[in-house]
Amino acid sequence: MNDPFDIIVIGAGPAGISAALEADHHGATVCLLDEQASAGGQIYRNVSQSTSARTKVLGPDYLEGGKMVRDLEQSGVVHRTGVTVWKVGQDGSVAYSKEETAAQIKGRHIIIANGATERPTPLPGWTKAGAMTVGAAQILMKSAGIVPTDAVLIGSGPLLYLVAQQLVSAGAPPKAVIETQTKKDLLGATRHLVPALKGWKQLAKGLQLIAAIRMAGVPRFTAATNIAIHGEDKVDRVSFDANGKSHSIQTTSALLHQGVVPNTQITRSIGLKHVYNAQQHCFHPVTDAFGQSSNSVFSIAGDGAGIGGAKVAALSGKISALNAVCQIGIIPRGICETRAAPLLKKRSSELAIRPFLDAAYPPPTDVLRPADDTIICRCEEVTAGDIRRFASLGCKGPNQAKSFGRPGMGPCQGRYCGLTVTQILAHETNQSHDAVGAYRIRAPLKPITLKELASLETPKEPETAT
Amino acid sequence: MAHIVIGGGVVGLSIAYGLLKRGKDVVVLDGADDDFRASRGNFGLIWIQGKGEHAPHYATWSRRSADLWAGFAKDLLVETGVDVAYQDAGGIDYFTDEDVLEKRGRSLSQLAQQLDDDYPFEILDHSKLKALVPEIGPKVVGGIYSPMDGHVNPLSLLRALSIAVRNAGGTIRTGAQVISVGARDRDFSVLLADGAKIDGDALVLAAGLGSVELAEELGFDAPIRPQQGQVLITEKLPHFLKYPSGTIRQVNEGGVQIGASKSEAGTNDSEDIATSASLAQHAIDIFPHLERVKLVRSWAALRIMSPDGYPIYQRSQSARGASFVTCHSGITLAAAHASLMPDWILERNRAPDVSQFSESRFHV
Amino acid sequence: MFKLMEGEDVQDSVTFLFENQPVSATPGMSVAAALLAADVSIFRQTPVSQSARGPFCMMGACYDCLVFVDGMNVQACMTKVRDGMKVSRVPIINKDIET
Repeated sequence: MNDPFDIIVIGAGPAGISAALEADHHGATVCLLDEQASAGGQIYRNVSQSTSARTKVLGPDYLEGGKMVRDLEQSGVVHRTGVTVWKVGQDGSVAYSKEETAAQIKGRHIIIANGATERPTPLPGWTKAGAMTVGAAQILMKSAGIVPTDAVLIGSGPLLYLVAQQLVSAGAPPKAVIETQTKKDLLGATRHLVPALKGWKQLAKGLQLIAAIRMAGVPRFTAATNIAIHGEDKVDRVSFDANGKSHSIQTTSALLHQGVVPNTQITRSIGLKHVYNAQQHCFHPVTDAFGQSSNSVFSIAGDGAGIGGAKVAALSGKISALNAVCQIGIIPRGICETRAAPLLKKRSSELAIRPFLDAAYPPPTDVLRPADDTIICRCEEVTAGDIRRFASLGCKGPNQAKSFGRPGMGPCQGRYCGLTVTQILAHETNQSHDAVGAYRIRAPLKPITLKELASLETPKEPETAT
Repeated sequence: MAHIVIGGGVVGLSIAYGLLKRGKDVVVLDGADDDFRASRGNFGLIWIQGKGEHAPHYATWSRRSADLWAGFAKDLLVETGVDVAYQDAGGIDYFTDEDVLEKRGRSLSQLAQQLDDDYPFEILDHSKLKALVPEIGPKVVGGIYSPMDGHVNPLSLLRALSIAVRNAGGTIRTGAQVISVGARDRDFSVLLADGAKIDGDALVLAAGLGSVELAEELGFDAPIRPQQGQVLITEKLPHFLKYPSGTIRQVNEGGVQIGASKSEAGTNDSEDIATSASLAQHAIDIFPHLERVKLVRSWAALRIMSPDGYPIYQRSQSARGASFVTCHSGITLAAAHASLMPDWILERNRAPDVSQFSESRFHV
Repeated sequence: MFKLMEGEDVQDSVTFLFENQPVSATPGMSVAAALLAADVSIFRQTPVSQSARGPFCMMGACYDCLVFVDGMNVQACMTKVRDGMKVSRVPIINKDIET
């Protein structure tokens, strides 16, 4: 292993880029590791290579990421692209692979900025070819300039409106937007409306999106239930109940979304403390205001620490970097706190809208805890009913569930079933989500070849002849 | 009155299953989701060759269990519908060093002599081995085939046992954290963290590493220690590997399992790169085509080691009715634990003679 | 079905093979995007039940878009197209072991 970097940042989305830039600004040696070929994360994916058509469709918020990426290019940050981080050690060592070659580096402090994944949306038929996440459709726009011709958007949350509007503007208006939130959810959310007014710009944007979708004549259904995706192998139709009627819409492209949740694979693998957030229905690592985790070598910045969106992520990245460079002795605590203070204030006002959004667009119960015959583990094809059966056999936690029926043991390592398994077990065994816990995550965080792993074998001492 | 079995892993459940078959009431106490669980980290082998190289009684005992395995697997399938993927095509150990192969061959021949030649194995040179397993690489100098070896799916076994125990009327209390055990002759009372009290007239301590804390109250020494073993598993591949080895086998779902390292790491159950890298290199040395196969998971588990590596079967002197059962090879011995050990626990005449596995062997 | 978004204009292209059939794509595209654009929606069959799957997350998390590229199992959404690249479906796994 070569000399350690002062700071290693994992993930080059808004949190990771701003963390790397801030640490670099204070003179720290910084290595930024990212899985994509160019910086930006999922929110600003491919922003530096965007075409004029894409820019027009994706809008000015997307372009904001461009400045960040240009600043990164001008900085002293060592930016390694296309790398898969597959193990993070408690001592700050990071193992990664790029093009089938593995390497290990070490950092004095690690900032984990690996963002969020879309919440699992298990519903009947969600594994069929042609069903994908709303985020996936947006990535296809950003990275390839392609759009589904007959999309049906299913779920709830602001991203649903944004992508529906972007599809309209890309000349591929969706056939319908099927939303699961109810009037009751919205009414319940109004108690958060006064603080949310601080985020009035975001609220106004949301209303504009909804108006644009309506203008384009895209039918919207709310409080939809009994949603199912049909088709032999490929999706050919979606059925659901809304307005007291059953509906069926033909489509080859069912796009699913129920908000995003922190990606906790790395933070879990290091054994950091996590806690369940009942408003956001997900786990997140326990951090202080600076993003510092339960292990002083690690901070978490951005959506990986709790969902706040791109602007909050960028602020959190800076705040975490200030704390990190302070921790390793580059700046004194006083300077760290003075500089962080306005950022912390700005972040809290950016976060003001969150409780409203969380309450207005909650994941419905049948997504959190699906019906028995719905597949919840896509890799090993384990159903919700299987998990309930394991619970009836005395299974109290997700790690025992693995040995009962393999959920979470496929290549995705439980990314798309972990939360669901915890939620079902918590309900069935009458325990809190924290008591049920989560899968123990082990290396490799993402599959690597045996050759890559073997290349890190420490050369053995030649055996002495005896 | 109930038989209390402390430990809901493969060892405890196998014994519970056997006790139920003999008409006993059984309560199994199983721990927390994140306890050390050797049953989740084992390699799934029913392995005989090389076992008990210097202890023929252990070789014989293992072999006896292996012979019972086909019937045991069948019973579990019939009773639970769970196929534990029992395979008895034999096993092959691969060697990359001529001297080591020769030495092992000699040692197995000696053992065979001590066992009246009832110990089938065959030493294969590279070309003979290649005819049997065409995927081996040039670094493999040869192997030892033995028809005595086999393997199962250990997680399926765990599931089958827990269903079988319930079907037979046994109780499994999961999430049961034992606080203390009151032990008198044929009178046991186990206090759990949730306040529950479980009474019984017999008790089997089969809690793996958790046994150490409870041993003294029950009159056992329990001279066991954790030994860390790391295991790798690849993506699912089309089936190519018929014979398991001590270090590489293809599981019934298609993944290739690679193991198992042995290290004295205290109670650390985290995997590390140096160890998993050497496991990966070993697999590539044996089967070069695995080079570009994806590793999906690695994990480490703590196994149970006695000072000589053999099982411990001990009846309590201070509290009659209590027995202690622990071993390193819970899968190989599962059939014996289910079929033979209940008679020993119940002190019946036809009980197997396991006196050589008592704790007294360590009192020298 | 996918199409190019309005106003998106493709200058040059690369050609790769999918199951020995040529597929053309825009440089910089992922294999997953290129196959979807070429109207391939089923990428593989699962080892557990041989059911059909295609891309789901497009961000390297779900492992549903696995394909063989030059003899190795990779995520199509994380692999950029290259001229002359050979892409095929992953071999179907027969669940039952021969004994």
